[in-house]
Amino acid sequence: MSEQSAPGADGSGRPSGRLLEVDGLRVEFRTRDGVAKVINGVTYHVDAGETLAVLGESGSGKSVTAQTIMGILDTPPGFVTAGQVRFHGKDMLKMSPEQRRRIRGEGIAMIFQDSLSALNPVFTVGFQIAEQFRIRRGMSRSDAKKRAIEMLDQVKIPNAKGRYSNYPHQFSGGMRQRAMIAMSLALDPEVLIADEPTTALDVTVQAQIMDLLGELQRERQMGMILITHDLGVVADVADRIAVMYAGRIVEEADVYDLYAKPAHPYTLGLLNSIPRMDEKGQELRTIKGLPPNLMNIPPGCAFNPRCPMAQPVCREKVPPLLQLGRGRASACHFAEELVNRD
Amino acid sequence: MSDPSTASIVSTPPATMPTEAGSGAPTNAGLPENAKKQKPRGLLGDAWRDLRRKPLFWISATFILLFVVMAAFPSLFTSGDAVNGALGRSRVEPSSSAWFGYDVQGRDVYARVIYGARASIVVALLSTILTLLFGGAMGIIAGYRGGWVDAVLSRIADIFFGLPFVLGAIVILTTFNGSGTDNGEWTIMGLVILSLTVLSWPVVMRLMRSSVLATKEADYIVAARALGAGTGRIILKHLLPNCLAPLLVYGTIMVGSFIGAEATLSFLGIGLKSPVVSWGIMISEAQNYIRVSPFLLFFPSAFLVIAVLSFVMLGEAVREALDPKLR
Amino acid sequence: MGRYLLRRLLQLVPVFIGTTFLIYWLVWSVPGDPFAGKCGDRGCPPNYRAMMTEKYHLDDSIWVQYASYMKNLFQGDFGITFGGREISDIIATSYPNTLKLAVVALAIEAIIGLGAGVLTGLRRNGFLDNLVLISTLFLIALPVFVIGFVLQWLLGVKWGIITPTVSNEMRFSELIVPGFVLGSASMAYIARVARTSIAENRRADFVRTAIAKGLPMRRVVGVHLLRNSLIPVVTLLGTDLGALMGGAIITEGIFGINGIGRQVLRAIVTKESATVVGIVVVLVLVYLVMNLLVDLLYAALDPRIRYE
Repeated sequence: MSEQSAPGADGSGRPSGRLLEVDGLRVEFRTRDGVAKVINGVTYHVDAGETLAVLGESGSGKSVTAQTIMGILDTPPGFVTAGQVRFHGKDMLKMSPEQRRRIRGEGIAMIFQDSLSALNPVFTVGFQIAEQFRIRRGMSRSDAKKRAIEMLDQVKIPNAKGRYSNYPHQFSGGMRQRAMIAMSLALDPEVLIADEPTTALDVTVQAQIMDLLGELQRERQMGMILITHDLGVVADVADRIAVMYAGRIVEEADVYDLYAKPAHPYTLGLLNSIPRMDEKGQELRTIKGLPPNLMNIPPGCAFNPRCPMAQPVCREKVPPLLQLGRGRASACHFAEELVNRD
Repeated sequence: MSDPSTASIVSTPPATMPTEAGSGAPTNAGLPENAKKQKPRGLLGDAWRDLRRKPLFWISATFILLFVVMAAFPSLFTSGDAVNGALGRSRVEPSSSAWFGYDVQGRDVYARVIYGARASIVVALLSTILTLLFGGAMGIIAGYRGGWVDAVLSRIADIFFGLPFVLGAIVILTTFNGSGTDNGEWTIMGLVILSLTVLSWPVVMRLMRSSVLATKEADYIVAARALGAGTGRIILKHLLPNCLAPLLVYGTIMVGSFIGAEATLSFLGIGLKSPVVSWGIMISEAQNYIRVSPFLLFFPSAFLVIAVLSFVMLGEAVREALDPKLR
Repeated sequence: MGRYLLRRLLQLVPVFIGTTFLIYWLVWSVPGDPFAGKCGDRGCPPNYRAMMTEKYHLDDSIWVQYASYMKNLFQGDFGITFGGREISDIIATSYPNTLKLAVVALAIEAIIGLGAGVLTGLRRNGFLDNLVLISTLFLIALPVFVIGFVLQWLLGVKWGIITPTVSNEMRFSELIVPGFVLGSASMAYIARVARTSIAENRRADFVRTAIAKGLPMRRVVGVHLLRNSLIPVVTLLGTDLGALMGGAIITEGIFGINGIGRQVLRAIVTKESATVVGIVVVLVLVYLVMNLLVDLLYAALDPRIRYE
C-alpha cells in the first residue's frame, strides 16, 4: 500500500504485537451501475483496554470497515481488493471460513445500530443469548439459561429472569440495546465493535448506554471500536479518534489533541458544526457541499471540492496519512500549518 | 401496444404534451406512450424501460399478438374446414397435407386448433374484464366506505371465495347449462363467462380493497379531500391510478388462467360444447384415444399451454418490472 | 386470544350459511322440478314423490327446506339419495380416499416445493434458480387435466412405470403421481413464496447478527433464517388442504380414484341434489376450519402478531 500507515504499524504486513489491526484495506462495491470504491486504504488498530472511535458521515466507509473485520460483508456486491485485517498478528482475510467463525463472538464481537432488526423477531431474547453458550460452549440448556440471565443482569436489565422469555418487540429501545450488548459480550470477546450503538435511541437513553459500554469495556479490559457520526458521543468514552472521509482515514489523534487542535480541515469543519451554547443566535456553521460520489471520487484529496483551504496541489496529489508526532497523523497537505496555527 | 411510434402518427408529441397532461385521463393508456411523454420518468416509465430489455417479455408479447390475430382472423392461418369432416380419414396421422392429422370424425386438427383460439381467447378476455370491473368496483366501495359496507361486502366475498373453484363452476353450469338444456352457442359462452366471473371476483376485490386502504390515508389523498375534492374525483384521479399496477399484473395472469379454466370446463363437458370449436373440447374428445392416437391430445394441449404460458409470463414480466424491490 | 377466536368463529357462521345456502338453492330450486329425469322416462310414482317431498320439505319455501336440511345435518343426518342410499355412507366411503390423496399431495408439495424454494432462495440466479423459476411457471400455467393426462400417458402408457389408474386399495405408491398432479400448482406457489421469503431474509439484519455471533452456517440457515422464512409458507400449506380436497375432482377423474370429487360429479350428472349439497357442506366446512387454524397458527409462529 502506498499510503503511509498509522502510528505503530510499520506497513510491512508483519506482526507487530497489536490486538487488532486493519492495514491498507480496500473494498469496492460492484453494482449494476458501476463500481463504488467504498474503502480506499484504511489503516487503524486497537489494543486491549483502549477505545478507538471511528468518526465519519454516513457513506464514509466506517461501517463497511467494521463489516469486513467481522466477515459479514455482503459479497456480492462487496469485494475486498487489498489489505489485511490482523487479529493477534494473523491475517483474518486469509483464514478458512471455519477459523474466522471461531473468532466471531469469542475474539471479536459486534453491536449493531438497530437492535429491533438485529435481533431475531421470532425467538426470545434469552434464547438468542443462551444459544451462544449452548452452541459455542456446549453447555446444557439450563446452564446456558442461567448464564444468559447473568448476562442480562450485568447489563442492568431489571428483572432479568422475567425478561429472559420476552421477545425483542416487547423490549423498549434502550432495554433492547442492553440485551444486544449482553449478547455480544456473552462469549467474553477481546474486541468489541459497536456500530452506532446509540443512534436509534432517545438522547437520554443514549448517555446511559454509552456509560454502560464504557464501564463494561474498562471492567473487561476489552479493545473497543466505537463507530459513530456523533462527535458528542465520542468525547467521554474514546481514547483515540480516527476520522474517516470517502473511505480513508483523514486524521487520527488522541481525543484531547483532536478537539484542541484538529490537523485536518474536515475535522475542523465537523467540530465547528457542533452547535454551541455561547454562540446562540448565530448561524450554524456547516461544511458546504456533499460527500463525494464513491463511483467517481475527485482526483487528489477527496475533500478538496468542499475544503475552504484547498490549493491547486489538493486537486493533483492524494495527501498520504503522515505522522505528526505524539501519536497523531493527518492526511492533509497543510497539516503542519493547521496544527501550528495561532 | 407494441411501438411508441404509434403515438406520433396521430400528432407530433411535443405539441400535444400540455393538453395531454392537463386532461387528467387515468394513466392506463398503455405503457409505451407514458414512457415517452412523461418528462420525469415515473414508475411506469421505469417499468417500461426494464421491460424492454427482457426477452421473456418480447416472446410472450409476440405469442399473445399471434393468438389474438388467430382469434380475429383464423382464415389467415388456414383454409381448412374446422367443423365438417369426412369419416373416411378418421384419426389419420399428421402428414404434409394435414400437418396435425385428422380427428375421430375426420376433421382437420390444424384448422380446428386455429379456430379454437377464438372461443378460448374471447371467453378469457371477457371474463377477465368483467371480473376486474366487478371485483374492482366492489373493492373500491368496500375500501373507501369502510364500516358496515366493508363488513357486508367482505363477508359476501368470503362466501364466493369459500366455494371450491371447479366444484362451484360445475354446480353453476350444470344448473343452467345441464344436459337437458339446449342453450345456443352464445348463451353457453355467456354462462361460462359469468360463472368464471362469479367465482373469481373476490380475489380482485381483496386486492383492490387493500390497495385502497393502503392509499386512502396517504397524505396527498387527505390533502385532496381537505381541498374539497369530491369522492368521485378522489377515486378517479388519485386512488385508481395508484391501485392500477397490481390490477394490471393480476389481470394479465388472469387471462392465462381463464384460458385454462375454460378448457377445464369444456373438458368436463359442462362448458362450451360442439359444434363450437375450442381447445378444451378437442382435448376432451381426444382423451378416449390417448393410447392409439396421442397426437389428437398433443396439438390442442400444446396450443393451450403456449397460450396460457404467454399470458402468465407477460404478467410475471410486468410484475417484476413494476416491483422495484426485485430489480 | 380467546376473544379473537370467538370473533373469528362468529364470522365463519354467515360465510358457512351463505355458501351452503347458495349451493342448496342452485341444486334444488333453480332447475325447477326436482324430480325431472330422476325415474326414467315415465316419471316418478306418486307415492315416491310424496315420500321424498315429505322428507325434503319440497312443498315449502326454499328457506324452510334449507333450515330443516341444516337441522338434520347437524344431527348427523345427511339424507338419502333418490335411490334410497344413505348419503352419509357415500361420504364416509369416499371421503377418506380424497383425504388420503390430498394429504399425499400436500406432503409432496411441501417437500419438493420447500426444497426447491429454499435451495434457490439461498443461491439466486444460478442454473438451478432459473430451472426452478421456469418449471414453476409451467406448473402454475398448465391446467391440472393437461398435467394429469401428460403424466398418465408418459409414465403409465408409454413407459409403464406406473399403473395408469389407482386401484381400490389406494396404495401409497400409486398415489404419488396423482398427488403430484393435484398439488402441482400449489407446489409451484410454495417454491416461489419460499424462494422470495428466504432471499429477502438472507440479507436481514438478524441473520447478519447470527453470523456475527459465530454460529455455524448450518445453524444460521437452519434455525434463524428458516424459522422466519417459513411463516408464509406454512400458512400457505395450511390453507391448501381445504383447496386441494375441493379441487380433487379432475385428478380423481383422470386416475379413477373413488373420492368425493368423483361422487359429486356423478351426483351432479344424475341430479342427486342431496348428495351434492352434503359433499359441498363437508368441503366448505373443512376449508373454513383450516383457514381458522392457519390464522391461529400464524400467531403461534410469529410472536409479533397479537390479536384483539
